[in-house]
Amino acid sequence: MRTIRFIIEKEFKQIFRNKMMLPIIFVLPIVQLVTLSYTATFEIKNVSLGVIDMDQSNSSRELIHKFSASPFFDIMAQDFDLKKLEFQMKQGDLEQIIYINNGFEEQLASASSVHSKAGEGPQVQIITDAINGSAANLMSYYASAIMMDFNKNILLQTQPMLASGLGISTPYQFWFNAELDYKKYMVPGILVLLVTMIGTFLSGTNIVREKELGTIEQLNVTPIKRHQFIIGKLMPFWIISMFVLVLGMLLAHFVFKIHIVGSVGLVFAVASIYLLAILGLGLFISTITNTQQQAMFIAWFFMVIFIILSGLFTPEESMPDWAQLINVFNPITYFIRFMRQLMLKGSGLMDVWRDVLSIGIYAISILLLATMRYRKTS
Amino acid sequence: MTILFGIPIAQVLLFGFALTMDLKNVHFAVLDLAKDEHSRKIIDKMDASDYFIFDRYLSSFDEIETVFKEGIVKEVIVFEPNFSQILTKENSAQLQIIADASDPNVANILVNYTQAIITNYQQNLFADNPLGKMVRPEPMFKYNPALKSVYMFVPGIITVILLLVSAMMTSISIAREKELGTMEVLLVSPIKPIQIIVGKVIPYMVLSFLNFVIILLLSFLVFDMPSSGNMPLLLAETFLYIFMSLALGIFISTVSSSQQTAMMLSMFALLLPTILLSGFIFPIKNMPDILIWISHIMPSKWFIIIIKGIMLKGAGLMDVWFETLIILAQTIFFIILSIKKFKIRLT
Repeated sequence: MRTIRFIIEKEFKQIFRNKMMLPIIFVLPIVQLVTLSYTATFEIKNVSLGVIDMDQSNSSRELIHKFSASPFFDIMAQDFDLKKLEFQMKQGDLEQIIYINNGFEEQLASASSVHSKAGEGPQVQIITDAINGSAANLMSYYASAIMMDFNKNILLQTQPMLASGLGISTPYQFWFNAELDYKKYMVPGILVLLVTMIGTFLSGTNIVREKELGTIEQLNVTPIKRHQFIIGKLMPFWIISMFVLVLGMLLAHFVFKIHIVGSVGLVFAVASIYLLAILGLGLFISTITNTQQQAMFIAWFFMVIFIILSGLFTPEESMPDWAQLINVFNPITYFIRFMRQLMLKGSGLMDVWRDVLSIGIYAISILLLATMRYRKTS
Repeated sequence: MTILFGIPIAQVLLFGFALTMDLKNVHFAVLDLAKDEHSRKIIDKMDASDYFIFDRYLSSFDEIETVFKEGIVKEVIVFEPNFSQILTKENSAQLQIIADASDPNVANILVNYTQAIITNYQQNLFADNPLGKMVRPEPMFKYNPALKSVYMFVPGIITVILLLVSAMMTSISIAREKELGTMEVLLVSPIKPIQIIVGKVIPYMVLSFLNFVIILLLSFLVFDMPSSGNMPLLLAETFLYIFMSLALGIFISTVSSSQQTAMMLSMFALLLPTILLSGFIFPIKNMPDILIWISHIMPSKWFIIIIKGIMLKGAGLMDVWFETLIILAQTIFFIILSIKKFKIRLT
C-alpha cells in the first residue's frame, strides 16, 4: 500500500506542477460543456426562403402569406427572376425557393370548383438547397405541409361537406423531453466525451513520457510490483476524471436543469467502472508506444473514431453494419447510451444491464492487457 | 509515417460511410386496440418502408413506458378501437403517435416520416381525394438530388482532419524539441527565428497537401462526389487553409512548454469546437447569438463554406473571396503572433 501511495503522490505533484495543465484539465471542459451544448441543435426554423410569384393574384398572395406567417420560414427575397434567386442560393443566402407559376389562381379555381370533374391543380415548385440532405428533406416536407394546409382551408370554403373529417388524424406526443430540448440530449453525451478525452490523453502519454525522458529506468530499478505500478498510475487520473465528471453533473443540474431521473448511485457506480476502462485504454496505448508523439497520434486516432461512431451526433441505428460492429469495441457508445437512458428516461439496471456488463468486461480485459504489456525490462 | 497518412485516409473512409443523418431501421411498436383491416395494412406499410422495422405488439398503455426504457423501440403508434369502421363510416379516425424524444431530432423526424406514410396511405385509399388535386407541391433538390449525406460530411471531414492533423503535427514537433532540449541548439545557432519556423513548416505543409490530394481522390472515386468545380481554385484554397493550420500549430507550440500541453491544446481544445462550431454537423444559423459570434473566429467554418461552394455548387473565386480573405487574415495573425512570442524567448 505504501508503495502505491508514493506513486500516487508523485503523479499528483507532477500534474499540479505544470501550471499550464491545470486550467486545461479543469476549466476547459467546463467551458466547453456550457458553450458547446448550445450548438447542437438540428431544429429547423427560420428557413431563408425566396419567393417567385408570377401570378400576382389574391390566391398566390394568400399562399405566400401562409409561408410568412409560419415560424419555419423567413421570406428573404421576392423577385420575378429565378436566375437571380438561384444565384443567391449558390451564395448561401437562400435555402429554399418557391416558384408560383402564372395561372395559379385560375387553375386552382377550376380544381376546387364543385362542377369540374378532373381539373388539375396548379403546380408549385419547391427548390431546396440539398447539400445537407436530411435537413433538405425536412424543409421540403414543411413547405409541402403548408400547401396542404392551404388546400384544406380552400376546401373548407368551397366544399365543406367533403372537407369534414379528412381521414386519419395523427396527433403526436413526445415523451421524456416534451419540449424537444436538444440540450437535454447533448449535455450527457458531451460530458462523457470530455471526461473520456481527458482520461485517455492524460494516461495515454503518461508512461511513455517517462520512457522518453528516461525516468522510467529509475522506477524500474525500484522493488515496485507491476500491479502496484499500474494502480499507482491509474488512481490520480481516476480521481481527476471523476472530479471533472461530478463537476459536469452539477453543472447539468444547476445550469441546464437536467435532473437525473434514474438512480444517481447507479450512475456513479457505472461511471467509476467506465473510467477504469478508459484509463486502462490510455495506459495500454502508453505501454505499446515509444514516444509521446506516437502515443498521441494513436490515442487521437481511436478517440476520433470512437467519438464519431459513438452515436453522439448521428443515430447509431442508421450506421452500416460494419460500423456497428466496430462499435462493439467502442466503450464510449455503451456509456453514452447508458447515461442518456438513466439521466433522461430513468431506466433501471434491468433495462441497461447489457451496457453495464459490456463496460465491466471492457475494463477488466483492457487493464489485464495493460498490466501484462508493461515490462520492467525493455 | 504510416500514422500520418493512414489515419486521415482511414478516417475519411470510415466517416464517409458511417456518418449519416438518414434514419433507417428504427424499431417501432404498436398498441393496436382495433386489430382490423386498416390497422394491419398501415403496420405493414410502415414495416415495408426503409425507415421502420416492426418490433412488437404491446398489450396496454403501461407497456409503452417499459418498452421505451429498454431503449430499442423509439416510436409507438396507437390505433383507437374500431379504427377501420370509424374511418370508412365517418371518414375520420385517430392514430396516435408517441415518440421517445430523449433524442429530439430523431423523434421529430420519426413523427414526420410516420405522418408522411399515413398521408400517402390515405391518398391511395381515396383515389379521388380532392386534397391531392389542388395546389400540388413539386419538390426539387438542388446540388444533391439524391440527398446523400456524404455530400455534407466529406467536406466537413476534410476540413476537420486537415486542421487538426496540421496543427497537431507542428505544435507537437516544436514542443518536442523544446522538451528534449534540442531547441536550445537551434536557437544558439545563427539561424533566424523565421527561418526555423519556415523550415519546420515546409515538410508538414507537403505532407498535409499530399494528404489532402489522397482524400480528394477518395471522395471522387469512392463517394462519387461531383468534380465539376474549379480544381486549381480548390487546390489553392486548400493550400492557404493548410498554411493557416500550420501557423496555428506553431502558435500553440510557442505558448506550451511540453508535448503534453501542446497536444492537449491542439486536440482537446480544438477538436470539439472545430466539429461543432464549423457547421460541419449542426447548422450555425440556429445557434444562440454568442456562439454565432464565436463561430466567426473558427477558420474551419469559413473553409467549409469555401469547399462546399467549390465542390458542390461550382462556385468561383468571385463567390468565395470574402471567406478566402478571412482565412488569409487569420494566417497572417497567427504568424505575427508566433514570431513575436519567439523573439521574446530569444532575448
